[in-house]
Amino acid sequence: MIELVSDTRCIECNICVKACPDNVFDAVPNKPPVIARKADCQTCFLCELYCPTDALYVSPIMDADDPVVEQDLIEAGLMGGFARAMGWSNAKPRGTHTDPTYRMFEDRNP
Amino acid sequence: MASTVDMTASSQSSQNLIADVLVIGGGPAGCWAALCAREAGATVILAEKGYVGTSGATAAGNSSIIDAAPGAPRDKAIAQREAKGLGLVRADVVDRVLEETYIQLNRLADWGYRFPTIEDGTPWRGSMRGVDYLRFLRQRLIKNGVTILDQSPALELLTSDGIVSGARGVRRVDGEGWQVKAGAVVIASGGCAFLSGALGTRNLTGDGYLMAAEAGASFSGMDFTGQYGIAPLHCSVTKGIVYYWATFTDEAGTIIGGKGDRQDAVAAGLKNGRVFAVLDKASPRVQSGMRGQPNVFMPFDRQGIDPFTQRFEVGLLYEGTVRGNGGLIVGDDTATEIPGLFAAGDAASREAMAGASSGGGGPNSSWAVATGRWSGVNAANFAMKIGLMQAKRISRGAGGADLRAVGSAQADANEVVIAIQAETLPLDRGFWRTADRLNASAAALDTVWQDALDLQHRIDPIRAREILAMAATARWINASARQRKETRGIQRRVDIPGTDPEQSGSILSGGLGAIWAGSSRAKRQESRP
Repeated sequence: MIELVSDTRCIECNICVKACPDNVFDAVPNKPPVIARKADCQTCFLCELYCPTDALYVSPIMDADDPVVEQDLIEAGLMGGFARAMGWSNAKPRGTHTDPTYRMFEDRNP
Repeated sequence: MASTVDMTASSQSSQNLIADVLVIGGGPAGCWAALCAREAGATVILAEKGYVGTSGATAAGNSSIIDAAPGAPRDKAIAQREAKGLGLVRADVVDRVLEETYIQLNRLADWGYRFPTIEDGTPWRGSMRGVDYLRFLRQRLIKNGVTILDQSPALELLTSDGIVSGARGVRRVDGEGWQVKAGAVVIASGGCAFLSGALGTRNLTGDGYLMAAEAGASFSGMDFTGQYGIAPLHCSVTKGIVYYWATFTDEAGTIIGGKGDRQDAVAAGLKNGRVFAVLDKASPRVQSGMRGQPNVFMPFDRQGIDPFTQRFEVGLLYEGTVRGNGGLIVGDDTATEIPGLFAAGDAASREAMAGASSGGGGPNSSWAVATGRWSGVNAANFAMKIGLMQAKRISRGAGGADLRAVGSAQADANEVVIAIQAETLPLDRGFWRTADRLNASAAALDTVWQDALDLQHRIDPIRAREILAMAATARWINASARQRKETRGIQRRVDIPGTDPEQSGSILSGGLGAIWAGSSRAKRQESRP
């Protein structure tokens, strides 16, 4: 589930509030959004793609809290890691044409 | 269950809109429906529970799609579908779906969608990154003048003299009501996975099934729902393709496997205890292909696991009618049995496309494109025949949804969800079915249905309707699984392990208070004058 909205990275654009498929965030005037309905998070990681400043972190654990420390995530290279791997930047897909998924289909016929 | 409030004055809704076509659900089927209805000249509103672009199973995943050119590739794809369908696939339907998919994939490329290219320069159109694909469709919808209502779940259909005439719902963000009067409605709200946690399924609670059933529609293929996705334990990522290169072991390290597919191996292992996987059969080239689907690696990279060399524990998450095949009965034109109501994608039965086996991946995503387009065009034509008269029709809510309900019976609601899940999620309910267990579930679900009805005015209307929709869907699945007295594809009756050549027809189902299920032949006889 979503674990972190980074105060230092967030620019209060509220794109995550709008783009979350499960309405997990609430906008707050002049502040970063808050995680208002964490239990509704479906652990899809898509908010990270739509965040233009890599300010969000979704834990892969979907059924329990997984407290994180921002500095540890930064040092481990995990902040924004999903967006980088997908080729998304500034909330836009830029890697669609470089998807090498077809290589899986060469091996057998999965 | 029809509510008696006349909605013509619309005083109950803060947002009142009129369109030729209303599409409910903004995954690929809904986006294609909205786009094609607009192209056919209709004014179109697309209402989505979440956000068009991130909501639903496709957005959160990657999806294969069947890119089969006419001629030999098409013939091969049709033959594969027929072989996997175990008697229920219709070759003519598959051919039409694949032709439509082929045309629309070409249009996507013409519009500037950047399909990948294989090293030899050939374009690759056999899989899509869901979130990239849906963002592209969203931009296209906006450019073409489709009105998008994000975070706006539909809660019930409107009908006028037996014709579907719109829908109404509530906005998630502020709880305000909305209503759209429309000449035709397309249900593209996806399947139902009972909040199992499978990737991208949080919004897939069968809402469209419930709304359509309240208007009188019925279902087919709800028996072919014994479908589960493999995921690392405690994780949502049900990306089954990578387990093609997995070795499964039990806790002691003994290899589990043998006959059947990956899902069968894991299910068999879970019967005896814990199951672990390692993706040790993937060559470096295949591993690099997997990296094209970065969400596969979120559970691993973020927990410090190397899935190619280290064992990790796996489980099965129920996928219900999302990757199973049940859904609304539609004709070849995607019309439901109710005038003015069309269905597309996973909301419609995919038996003609996927038969008795899972339609997950290529079959379902191709079906979404094709039925999306057909439903959009046909709904536009239906609506434009009614024309401007439609906005003057007296419409009523078909479901009795209480849009203004407030309440704090959250604990009761959670109990009902747990009760629904107890009859749907466990492997000895969904995967391995027996008459005894199905009968016990039927009785339990009768009680659950009453409990779900009792909740309707005691919690917020969105949650209340989701719970009622899941309860109804669980009952149609149960009744259909009881009715099919054989094992075929993903209907596994361990008490009747054989496949009966006499039972190659569909099981239809429906009803709300009283549930029915029966073979298509019997249904046709019943309906003879």
